[in-house]
Amino acid sequence: MTDVALGWWGVPLALLGGAIRASTPFLFVSLGECLTEKSGRINLGLEGILVMGAMSGYAISYLTGSPWLGVLVAGGVGALLGVLHAVICGLKRVNDIAVGIALMLFGIGLAFFLGKSFIQPAAPMLPSLDLGWWSGIAQVHAALQVNVLFIVGLLLAPAIAWGLRNTRWGLVLRMVGDSADAALAAGYSVNLVRLAATAAGGFLSGIGGSFLSLYYPGSWNERLSSGQGITAVALVIFARWQPMYCVYAALLFGAAGAIGPALQSVGVTSGYYLFNAAPYLLTLLIMAVTCSPKRALVGAPSELTISK
Amino acid sequence: MAADRMITRRHLLKTTMLAGAGAALAGVAPLRSAAAATLSIGFIYVGPRDDFGYNQAHAVGAAAVKKMADVKVLEEENVPETIAVQKTMESMIQLDGASLLFPTSFGYYSPQVLKLAAQFPKVRFEHCGGLWSEKDPKNAASYFGYIDECCHLSGIVAGYATKSGKLGFVAAKPIPQVLRNINTFALGARLANPKATVQVIFTGDWSLPTKEAEATNSLVDQGIDVVTCHVDSPKVVIETAERRGAMVCGYHANQAPLAPKGFLTGAEWNWEELYPGFVRTVMAGGTIPNLVRGGLKEKIVKPSAYSSLVSAEARKHADDAKAKLTAGDYVIFKGPILDNKGNTVIGAGTSRGQTDIALEEMNYLVEGVIGATS
Amino acid sequence: MPVLAAKPAGAIVEAILIPALALVTALLLFGVFCAFRGVAPFELYALMFQGGFGSWFSWQNTLIRAAPLLLTALCTALPAQLGMVVIGGEGAFVLGGLAAASAAIALHGAAPLAVQLAMAAAGLLAGGLWIAMVGALRQYRGVNETISSLLLVYIAIALLNHLVEGPLRDPGSLNKPSTPPIGDAYMLANIPGTEVHWGFAFGVVVCVLAYVLIHHTVFGFSARVVGGNARAAKVVGLPIGRLVLGITFLAGAAPGLAGMVEVAAVDGQANGTLVAGYGYTGILVSFLARHHPLGIIPVAILMGGISASGGLLQRRLGLPDAATLVLQGTVFMCLLGSEVLHGRLSLPRLQRA
Repeated sequence: MTDVALGWWGVPLALLGGAIRASTPFLFVSLGECLTEKSGRINLGLEGILVMGAMSGYAISYLTGSPWLGVLVAGGVGALLGVLHAVICGLKRVNDIAVGIALMLFGIGLAFFLGKSFIQPAAPMLPSLDLGWWSGIAQVHAALQVNVLFIVGLLLAPAIAWGLRNTRWGLVLRMVGDSADAALAAGYSVNLVRLAATAAGGFLSGIGGSFLSLYYPGSWNERLSSGQGITAVALVIFARWQPMYCVYAALLFGAAGAIGPALQSVGVTSGYYLFNAAPYLLTLLIMAVTCSPKRALVGAPSELTISK
Repeated sequence: MAADRMITRRHLLKTTMLAGAGAALAGVAPLRSAAAATLSIGFIYVGPRDDFGYNQAHAVGAAAVKKMADVKVLEEENVPETIAVQKTMESMIQLDGASLLFPTSFGYYSPQVLKLAAQFPKVRFEHCGGLWSEKDPKNAASYFGYIDECCHLSGIVAGYATKSGKLGFVAAKPIPQVLRNINTFALGARLANPKATVQVIFTGDWSLPTKEAEATNSLVDQGIDVVTCHVDSPKVVIETAERRGAMVCGYHANQAPLAPKGFLTGAEWNWEELYPGFVRTVMAGGTIPNLVRGGLKEKIVKPSAYSSLVSAEARKHADDAKAKLTAGDYVIFKGPILDNKGNTVIGAGTSRGQTDIALEEMNYLVEGVIGATS
Repeated sequence: MPVLAAKPAGAIVEAILIPALALVTALLLFGVFCAFRGVAPFELYALMFQGGFGSWFSWQNTLIRAAPLLLTALCTALPAQLGMVVIGGEGAFVLGGLAAASAAIALHGAAPLAVQLAMAAAGLLAGGLWIAMVGALRQYRGVNETISSLLLVYIAIALLNHLVEGPLRDPGSLNKPSTPPIGDAYMLANIPGTEVHWGFAFGVVVCVLAYVLIHHTVFGFSARVVGGNARAAKVVGLPIGRLVLGITFLAGAAPGLAGMVEVAAVDGQANGTLVAGYGYTGILVSFLARHHPLGIIPVAILMGGISASGGLLQRRLGLPDAATLVLQGTVFMCLLGSEVLHGRLSLPRLQRA
């Protein structure tokens, strides 16, 4: 392997590397939220689920020595919290956004509370696939160290898109999301479908959290998440409730996180706070440009609180 | 207001040489009668106390105090630098009878510690940051360590270890304390390898794990083979560099266990030496100076043990510098020193010793550092 | 979910009884949770009471923590009258503080009262415009206000950090980048005889004013009509755009004022300390108060008490600091769950829209 100085070429490479490394949590949480929102309910508590997933995944990996079991448990814990959200939202007159905020607080608090004793120990990490073996350049090689979860996420997106379009389950889910009355008339329990969708969304978000603690940045502490769970909710709107667009948006957000450090390393040193805020500003601008007060968003489930 | 503070501090440092007090105090024997009541001591941390970093270093100091007889240690973590810390201190005083407090975050001092110290003249406030000046209450005090001395030693070791001649530094914010660590690191590295460069990346805040990991990755991508940092919890930087196969120098606490392959040495606080000394002084009825500053000589900081990667030549050079720093006859900032834009920041013939107040207003990066302060 | 019809007496009893029931349930659950950590529940409750409300010191501790929450809660409570869920109070808070500090520095040397008024005006304006932006995006571009207000929090914090460490930085603030100090002469005092600053009084007064505005003016009535049924409001010809902009402006002005108080009564300058999460806790307070401006007052005091008692739980019981977060989350969950009880405990009343 050769050591070469890349100079400015390091920037696009860092963006690529950043997209691959940092996009997975965005991807899983946004796919999960996409499913939940397709059922006509919004779960704003994914940040709490993400943090709880990160903590429980790390703890299980440490206690059992198996990071994959950690991922699975993180998903399970996420699903449980999703069920909690769905049960409370299923009650009359309860606002799903409020429950989401409560869940965010509850999940973060619980994770910090239970996670104290897992900050110090080192848990086994998830392995990565070496997709850069062909390159003689060390940096390219490193950028293409890919985690299996990232690939799973990439495959999951088209699978969910296909499932939503072509399966009976997908149809029921979309029907519940677009018209609860129609679903009722067809004999489906709206609450039950939404419960399943929220639990599935929680499962995926929990896995997204375990990626943070078990792969990248790869440790458990109380400041691990920098709001990926919340950002991912915005990302779903940005992606127009289309699973494939969620992939592109997640890659974009992952890359955006790498832009500040990458620019500094080639000498662009001012305004890094503003670079750090760039993804949020970009989302806001895109929403402002593409939304319209006259019609609901294309693709938006019409039962969704936020599109009513 | 800030300008006055600097003038009085300059005056103070010229007239009273307080550095060294810490070590002297450590020798004071407890003189209290056995009948004396238990001393309640409060420690307040701004973050989690097991962060492998800044807060953990203080918690280790608190643990050393806990082992002493006749003391009761109270601890609170994750206390923000808002009015909440005033209320935490007051609560420790009012509800738990604390009479000695260690608010350990730099940002606790003004206005929070100052307000409480004026309100509770019988309670002793020992703040970490070295900010006390003569117009402040006499029962408030502030201490700090010249940890840059250890960063300098890390730099020397790193200068010998690097193959590419490129070192990396992940830093939180371009403030004087951080710039000073970067500069002493670079000056040390260039003693060992005059062509060495130090690339610095500022993340913008004290704890941003994903950003710190990204910064470390982009440093290694640029061909850098030794990485160090100044953030609250160096764990992420050290582990990421280790995974990428780079060597590392630790900071705040001992990070050798986090990087078994690439760890070289590191700069550590030595609060477990200072705090019991302070407590003994208070129990003996003595007074701790209001401003305590010191480095290796006063045992307020210490280097981490060298790993096996450190060559004999590097050890010899670093040990030699350490011995001289400990003896007090070694000046890190000795002119001529240029900044990285080519301006002379310390003229030929000028030596800025560790207590020199000019060093505390540092706003430049020395020659050999790649990066900018704004 | 505003109620337009006048409430029968039973509804008022219900409005107090149900939240109280939810609170007790949450405390019980929290006690059970802590019992798993080997903490005796009654000791826990006793310490919580002692830390939050057990002495004059504890009361002051509680009130001082409640002060910013009174105002940040309004950021969520006012738009809720229109049926909007705004969660961006944190952004308006930090920008209000920054604007207030800038105003004080610009007017350095003027009479203290004038400077303080200018600081308040700057805080109100900065916070107000920031959240009015959320209203405008909603009204004219159809952008969801929950998401946009949240994104604006991140942007506001980045702006604060950028300005405080760049153009507005006091060169003398060496290791903690800050704006220049506003000067002792311009600081807000404490309420006489207490250690509680005037921010608490401001908060109570603003909550009462908000109550009058929402429940006893045409403007407030119109807003609640829009919240009840936007289509009907349009038919009646209410100026929805103006209502949305006006309410969101006021919603942001409240936390902006809280930011001003934080600078003028506590910190004495603007810096990163402003980002302390008061805005987020305010969301919780608003929901617990069911977005009623007067309900905010007791709920904010309760939340202040929970956070004031956190220190004792850490020191005496060895519970992690996150215990207070768990309790807040549990209280929130139970209260939302208790919504289902409304209308079932007393005589049936008018159907809601």
